[in-house]
Amino acid sequence: MSLTPKQIERIAHLARLELAAEEIPAYSDSLSRIFGLVDELDRAQTAGIEPMAHPLEDQVQRLRADAITSPNARDLYQQNAPQVDGGLYLVPKVIE
Amino acid sequence: MSGVEQGGWETVIGLEIHTQLATKSKIFSGSPTAYGAEPNTQADLVDLGYPGVLPVLNAEAVRMAVKFGLAIGAVITRRSVFARKNYFYPDLPKGYQISQYELPIVGKGVLDVMLEDGTVKSIGVTRAHLEEDAGKSQHEGVGVSAIDLNRAGTPLIEIVSEPDMRSAKEAVAYMKKIHTLVRYLGICDGNMQEGSFRCDANVSVRRKGAEKFGTRAELKNLNSFRFVERAINIEVARQIDILEGGGTVVQETRLYDADKDETRSMRSKEEANDYRYFPDPDLLPVVVGEDFIDAVRATLPELPDAKAQRFQSQYGLSAYDAGFLIASGEMADYYEAVAALVPSDAKLVANWVMGELSAALNKDGLDITQSRLSAAQFGALLNRIVDDTVSGKLAKEVFEAMWAEGLEADVVIESRGLKQITDPAAIGAVIDEIIAANPKQLADYRSGKDKLFGFFVGQTMKATGGKANPVLLNDLLKQKLAP
Repeated sequence: MSLTPKQIERIAHLARLELAAEEIPAYSDSLSRIFGLVDELDRAQTAGIEPMAHPLEDQVQRLRADAITSPNARDLYQQNAPQVDGGLYLVPKVIE
Repeated sequence: MSGVEQGGWETVIGLEIHTQLATKSKIFSGSPTAYGAEPNTQADLVDLGYPGVLPVLNAEAVRMAVKFGLAIGAVITRRSVFARKNYFYPDLPKGYQISQYELPIVGKGVLDVMLEDGTVKSIGVTRAHLEEDAGKSQHEGVGVSAIDLNRAGTPLIEIVSEPDMRSAKEAVAYMKKIHTLVRYLGICDGNMQEGSFRCDANVSVRRKGAEKFGTRAELKNLNSFRFVERAINIEVARQIDILEGGGTVVQETRLYDADKDETRSMRSKEEANDYRYFPDPDLLPVVVGEDFIDAVRATLPELPDAKAQRFQSQYGLSAYDAGFLIASGEMADYYEAVAALVPSDAKLVANWVMGELSAALNKDGLDITQSRLSAAQFGALLNRIVDDTVSGKLAKEVFEAMWAEGLEADVVIESRGLKQITDPAAIGAVIDEIIAANPKQLADYRSGKDKLFGFFVGQTMKATGGKANPVLLNDLLKQKLAP
């Protein structure tokens, strides 16, 4: 299958990627080839096989006790942040 | 207005209720969940979405979700799966929310809700899934949004109803029932101001008798029972207006603005509404065995419906009274403590708890756990009504003094001289004086003006400062006024 430029733009938008118009054909080509691989997988006979939620299918999630084990380390973590103010992380304005 | 039918239209409502679970630590990290801490002091590397970290599931969150499921008779999924819900927003640093999608831990259940007219309606619960809360954003700054991630990773169950509600009032009744239930279960503090219990409503309208649902709008930001009712009614009116004008309703998310009392579109978010769910590879399937479920079942308290039934049979209360008293477990406990002290008149206790006491609590903005009167103090007052020491009317004065000054009932009655007069001779003497002073009224009464009986009752009560025992007073007056 071949993805249309419009579909590529939508996928890019969902991933918050900015694509220039001239980049679209290349992405269209490589993403279409990935879809081709998925099409091949679709041909596998899966009738009667229960879907797996995880490759380690014989194992189950371990649970931890409800205990506070992470002390406040805000100052340390915020050294990595480009901009903070009054303990808050600042990001470019998102208007809702 | 029942809201079931408005000019040939029928309203259809489904609710998604987000309930913060009352765990000490977060669902996937060891950060605290306490409300109101300094910004970002309760967010660790997992909550911040740092690379290389792994979520580890909190056992208590699983236990609480199962407890809710058992309380509504729902199917508990023995093997549930966490999924990633992908979207970009700065209060969600990972770029996905860990939620449950195809296999939620709680499956179909049902909740019986009592409506205003006393009828009971069963509302279906489609599912309840475990997920993590997001952080909080503030947009007051110029050119920047400020992010606090303390709330990120707080455990939630999202309780999704069937589209079974037909009016805003039904939706509120259902929401209140869930609110009561989660507090009974001790899995949520129910604090709506702090966002511990929040609701989104899916609202549509259709022609009465139509089988197909209309196009729905999702209302967000409903953080009080009052707002839920108002927002739904406003949205229903808006949709009917559009349809009657020949237009079509657009499926979209709308924000309720309480200040302007309107709903408005949030189209920007709608455009990106493609969550691309897939199983989270960082988390294995969650398996709950029969022993785990049995252990949780053993911790279930007496549930609201069972308590309401018991209040009706044990105390002889109406369904309405029982429903009022069991709405919070603390209120029910208080009622039972007082009723135990006043065993001869459980109905009197109910009337006073629902009347004077609730009014006083409301006026002072207190809940029952903050009552200025202990159950023992309140019971002592009611016993003075039962044993005829004070009339019901003067007992209200006693109550007010007790509430304001923190005094015991007997002290107020004694110091204010409010003790009821139960001596027939004393009341008779007062009546004789009243009769002697009102010869015209006496003559009129005896010639057939029965209404003047009330006049004599009033005069005698006035002369005794309201303290004459009313039953005795009536009997004596009848005797003395008879020709």
